[in-house]
Amino acid sequence: MATVDLKDVKKIYAGGVEAVKGVSIAIPDKALCVLVGPSGCGKSTLLRMIAGLESISAGAVSIDGKVVNAIGPTERDIAMVFQNYALYPHMKVYDNMAYGLRNRGTPKDEIDKRVRETAKTLELSALLDRRPRELSGGQRQRVAMGRAIVRNPKVFLFDEPLSNLDAKLRGQMRVEIKNLQRALGVTSVYVTHDQLEAMTLADQLVVMNAGLVEQIGDPLDIYEKPASTFVASFIGAPPMNLLALTRDGAGRMPAGSPEEMAAIGHGSAAGSTALASAAPMLTDGSLVPFAPQAAAILGFRPEDADVTHGAEAPDGALAIPAAVEAVEPVGAESFLYCAAAGTRIIVRVHGRATARPDDQLRVVVRAEKLHWFDEAGKRV
Amino acid sequence: MSPRVVFPNKILPYLLLAPQLAITLVFFYWPASQALYQSMLREDPFGLKSQFVWFDNFARVLADPNYLNSVKVTAVFSIATAVVAMATALLLAVMADKVIRGRGFYRTLMIWPYAVAPAIAGMLWLFLFNPSIGTLAYGLRWLGIAWNPLLDGGDAMVLVVAAASWKQISYNFLFFVAGLQAIPKTLIEAAAIDGAGPTKRFWTIVFPLLAPTTFFLLVVNTVYAFFDTFGIIHAVTGGGPGKATETLVYKVYNDGFVNLILGDSAAQSVILMVIVIALTAFQFRYVEKKVHYG
Repeated sequence: MATVDLKDVKKIYAGGVEAVKGVSIAIPDKALCVLVGPSGCGKSTLLRMIAGLESISAGAVSIDGKVVNAIGPTERDIAMVFQNYALYPHMKVYDNMAYGLRNRGTPKDEIDKRVRETAKTLELSALLDRRPRELSGGQRQRVAMGRAIVRNPKVFLFDEPLSNLDAKLRGQMRVEIKNLQRALGVTSVYVTHDQLEAMTLADQLVVMNAGLVEQIGDPLDIYEKPASTFVASFIGAPPMNLLALTRDGAGRMPAGSPEEMAAIGHGSAAGSTALASAAPMLTDGSLVPFAPQAAAILGFRPEDADVTHGAEAPDGALAIPAAVEAVEPVGAESFLYCAAAGTRIIVRVHGRATARPDDQLRVVVRAEKLHWFDEAGKRV
Repeated sequence: MSPRVVFPNKILPYLLLAPQLAITLVFFYWPASQALYQSMLREDPFGLKSQFVWFDNFARVLADPNYLNSVKVTAVFSIATAVVAMATALLLAVMADKVIRGRGFYRTLMIWPYAVAPAIAGMLWLFLFNPSIGTLAYGLRWLGIAWNPLLDGGDAMVLVVAAASWKQISYNFLFFVAGLQAIPKTLIEAAAIDGAGPTKRFWTIVFPLLAPTTFFLLVVNTVYAFFDTFGIIHAVTGGGPGKATETLVYKVYNDGFVNLILGDSAAQSVILMVIVIALTAFQFRYVEKKVHYG
């Protein structure tokens, strides 16, 4: 029904604080676009600018190809679900839902029809005569959704709508929102700080940090190819393991046994001496093969790693000596927290972990599963 | 509900309550009972002896056309004062809520009139609108308005209502500002997105949510207009001209302390007490039903 286009949108507050520093996003028709980022990254401000609740300092916001910078929230034909639901406490559920329609002069029987239909879809029919304070958190959330849906707007905006619900209800509502959005086919912008919510809901995922877009794309593409260390550590739980690489080499020979040298995969001892000066290595001194020239940081997902107690590592894989610090069995999988290369690595293994705390082992990652980032944290 | 807190000491709670109870007893119950007793006595013209006459005083007071006039004056005065004081305060509070720079400064200025004593406030308005020396009265005459509160009962009423409201506006303003701040901003934003313009938002969201504050102020302002405006009326018009601004409380004072008809005066004050109790009870019974405490 509508596309939403942001072109170099900026928000500068009166005090000179730049909350949004030039964001461009093109949201296609019927897509559910999720803005995700840590608190203070400007995602809510951006949403409020689309809603018309915040003025736009620079750039342009267009809905359906029409620039709406100068149009107030009343005329933008959008609907918003607020974090605290913002239900009118003095009105019954019915009137809460009918309010927007009444304001737009919809005929009375049409209002009644639409409110009852929407209430039925959201299983609110029995609650229409109640006031918001007589409802549970989940029910209020539904009413807030109903109030948005009943108007049949061009765009839905969601401002962390699930953050006030308990974990179980959150999962349930997440699925419902996704199904509703797909069924109604209304272009939506959804703000959250929960990466799981972001991953599961998004057709288009926008990762934001410090007022800037870090990456835009399909959620799985972002997961598989994070554009920066920020995205890599923000998307995915537990986050991607990141290890710093050094190239100083001066006076530091790779401190590994001959087997380890072999495991690294670069054959001869002569070769290793030559590498010592310029080859990238971890802070513990172990050499890292496969590293591109510009790489300064090495990353891999916990689930892409495995552990071996043995000395032999498969060909085309990186092996990092590590000491197990803690083991967290969560049922279907276990997390191993290991100390390695001066930092902590998390490894996810299927089922029960055989490793025990204080075990010395090696974390093995296949070369194609390694991610490389330069000194600025950008993907190489 | 939280469990009841039990004081280990049996006597201490009563001791702590005693001062408040003593004050209420001495300054309310005792005078009230005295008034009740007095209202059934009639003194001879020289004050030498008094006679118990049951409800004769009440019958006489209620049949007195001057008293009925005073009831009418009080009704007009109280309703006008409450409405003007509350409407103006609400308007100012809504406007002050929109001010961003110098917000605290505005509010402080708005609250000042409350610190002015009623008699002083009355004198202020008296001087400003005095037909011969008043600055603003001069302006009114220049505009072609025949302004003379010393001769015209209507003008006098306007003047006391203005003075009484002016003093109460600050108090109302303070409560309305607090009430407005208590309304979550997201509700207003949600209403804006729901297609309601500023005026519509005010009447459908803000005003209903202010209802608890408005109701509280209605009770307070009614009581204020009935009792606390004595000083203003005394200073500005003295109940005149020709009893045009003689409210019930002023008549109680006039009959009792000026004319020394103690029995009638006491009967009037008892009636006044009953009226205010009835009015407050009515407000709680019927008006409060329309109030949502959120």
